[in-house]
Amino acid sequence: MKLARAHVLVCGGTGCTSSGSEKIIEALNTNLEKYNLTDEISVVRTGCFGLCALGPVMIVYPEGCFYSRVTPEDIEEIVSEHFLKGRIVKRLLYQETVEEDNIKSLNEVDFYKKQKRVALRNCGVINPESIEEYIAMDGYKALGKVLTSMKPQEVIDEVLASGLRGRGGGGFPTGLKWSFASKSVDDQKYVACNADEGDPGAFMDRSILEGDPHSIIEAMTIAGYAIGATEGYVYIRAEYPIAVSRLQIAIDQAKEYGMLGENIFDSGFNFDLHIRLGAGAFVCGEETALMTSIEGHRGEPRPRPPFPAVKGLFGKPTVLNNVETYANIPVIINGGAEEFKKIGTEKSTGTKVFAVGGKINNTGLVEIPMGTTLREIVYEIGGGIPNGKKFKAAQTGGPSGGCIPADCLDVPIDYDSLISIGSMMGSGGLIVMDEDTCMVDIAKFFLEFTVDESCGKCAPCRIGTRRMYEILEKITNGTGTLEDIAKLKELCYNIKNSALCGLGQTAPNPILSTLRYFEDEYIAHVVDKKCPAGVCKALVSYSIDPDKCKGCSLCAKKCPVGAISGEIKKPFVIDPNKCIKCGVCMETCKFGAISK
Amino acid sequence: MSEKKTPAFNGTKEQEKELLKVIEKYKGTEGALIPVLHEAQEIYGYLPIEVQEIISEGLGVSMAEIYGVVTFYTQFTTNPKGKYKIAVCLGTACYVKGSGELVEKIKEKLNIEVGECSADGKYSLDATRCIGACGLAPVLTVNDDVYGRLVPEDIDGILAKYVD
Repeated sequence: MKLARAHVLVCGGTGCTSSGSEKIIEALNTNLEKYNLTDEISVVRTGCFGLCALGPVMIVYPEGCFYSRVTPEDIEEIVSEHFLKGRIVKRLLYQETVEEDNIKSLNEVDFYKKQKRVALRNCGVINPESIEEYIAMDGYKALGKVLTSMKPQEVIDEVLASGLRGRGGGGFPTGLKWSFASKSVDDQKYVACNADEGDPGAFMDRSILEGDPHSIIEAMTIAGYAIGATEGYVYIRAEYPIAVSRLQIAIDQAKEYGMLGENIFDSGFNFDLHIRLGAGAFVCGEETALMTSIEGHRGEPRPRPPFPAVKGLFGKPTVLNNVETYANIPVIINGGAEEFKKIGTEKSTGTKVFAVGGKINNTGLVEIPMGTTLREIVYEIGGGIPNGKKFKAAQTGGPSGGCIPADCLDVPIDYDSLISIGSMMGSGGLIVMDEDTCMVDIAKFFLEFTVDESCGKCAPCRIGTRRMYEILEKITNGTGTLEDIAKLKELCYNIKNSALCGLGQTAPNPILSTLRYFEDEYIAHVVDKKCPAGVCKALVSYSIDPDKCKGCSLCAKKCPVGAISGEIKKPFVIDPNKCIKCGVCMETCKFGAISK
Repeated sequence: MSEKKTPAFNGTKEQEKELLKVIEKYKGTEGALIPVLHEAQEIYGYLPIEVQEIISEGLGVSMAEIYGVVTFYTQFTTNPKGKYKIAVCLGTACYVKGSGELVEKIKEKLNIEVGECSADGKYSLDATRCIGACGLAPVLTVNDDVYGRLVPEDIDGILAKYVD
């Protein structure tokens, strides 16, 4: 292997690829050639570093310099100054890492300090397209241990003892699922991986598949050995092209190295893995719908029981776990259940990865020990809310979850605490909302999503979610009544109890949780005909404060419909009949004279 | 609901040959239909009835079943897309940062609705689910180009890059 004097790790996750990391790699290669450094400096395309908001990002080792928001134009300077002359280009460093003349290690930065990377251990560290780098990080060691020194039941016991719970959101004990499937007797069993990450704003699973695909292959093979399956399927969103291609590369490499296929590690155990692409249906994240889709049909859920562990894919016993759940398996096997249990809380062991987005400074991917509070995530790791706005709520669990209001900022994040406050862990999307977000509008947004994604098989979901959406539309239009709110509550209750699958049963959650914490906002819409956040257009009216208006006429010039009139140097007025509530005037006014 | 306009099918012999090869490759595999539809859409750009008929015959799956699957999944489309496929992300992170306003602005500029294609076949507009570039929210893509941290005023400049 070629030895290099320095390694440049460039993030090749989707976030950074979208902000141009491919062009950075291109510029690096051109400039390294120009300065004759190709043999000394090695460029590695890695998975996600987590700090997507600062993308494209790159780290240079051995110094550990973290360059952020790099442009292709900056590269020549980095190459000629840093790589050639050893002078770090300070202006391009992530400012949090610079302390007077010293450069802090990334682990001391607020964003990383409280994190514990278990599932993401290799993301942003290794080249995901190289099996050697994975093996160098103890990759396939757990598989070797399992196949050469453990009985299937011992593997299941270890996973059971670790307390690992499903990271897709449900939180069902993984070891228990495996043990059910292992007890089912059949000529063929399957292992499946749910990589159909459909919650809007969630990209944990994608980042793992992009940054560390071999960990999933290793874990699925271990699961296969534990339950007695010889075939596996990864069901992955077609919207994730980078993840699909890296997983395919990893599967091919694993086969070439004998980690997948026939007679793995000379143990006599065979295991093969297939990729199946999703086709854009949210309901396919539900386990029975996912399996129906792999079978080639409309992805409609089936009633349970029978559970997949008894009768799953192609009618055979199947274990289905989420990507992040699998990513934890090699760690549990290598370090032991006792070691794993030291992280997290008693009933929720280990860590959880969150994709933090919305109104927050450090958008990105974070992995925290269970039991960390929302306050720590938002204010320490996330760096707080931009523009000095006030935190209003955080939404977890996507369309199946709920909102966590400011009073609950100190509740520890684990499966049971989140359910007790009316939200849920969910797969890991965490969207932060500030005072400018209308909670009724957010509930409507999620309901629109569920209406659109309802598969139509059962009436409570197909018809019920639409009725709820219509009521929310009425409320945001300003025509809602108090009876509507009562009817909404009743519908929520009924749909929760009667829908066929998880999607329908949890569809009312966004309404229930916003009603629980922000009922006053619903009432403001219905009784006072006002939207406190100023989002619902039908309820907003703009006006000019005559005391503050200097009569500069700027707003009148910018108004697209000519709704503002007045005499220069005298207060202007808005004609509410013409106003289309676009808000341009308010943005234009230099004197803060316009309010809504 | 008004019917969407669709230009006549004009698939070539080469495309059909390619499709038959794909069908041959998957024939006999369990759950072959969806992978075949994915590849067929790559060949033709969309899945009109004519293409579904070839698949039905090749795989021995009924038209009703195929039509059911095609219309169930949002990735599959029975309408052709424009030369420039504009997709605005309506994931939660983008939505709270104002991607809804981007959609309105584009609809107004191009005079098409979401899911439609402009009369000259140049632009099509879609609202997509989260594409996972939440760090850049709000985001839109035109074919493979990604534009992030947008405000409605940026739309004119972006569209101006795609005129030919």
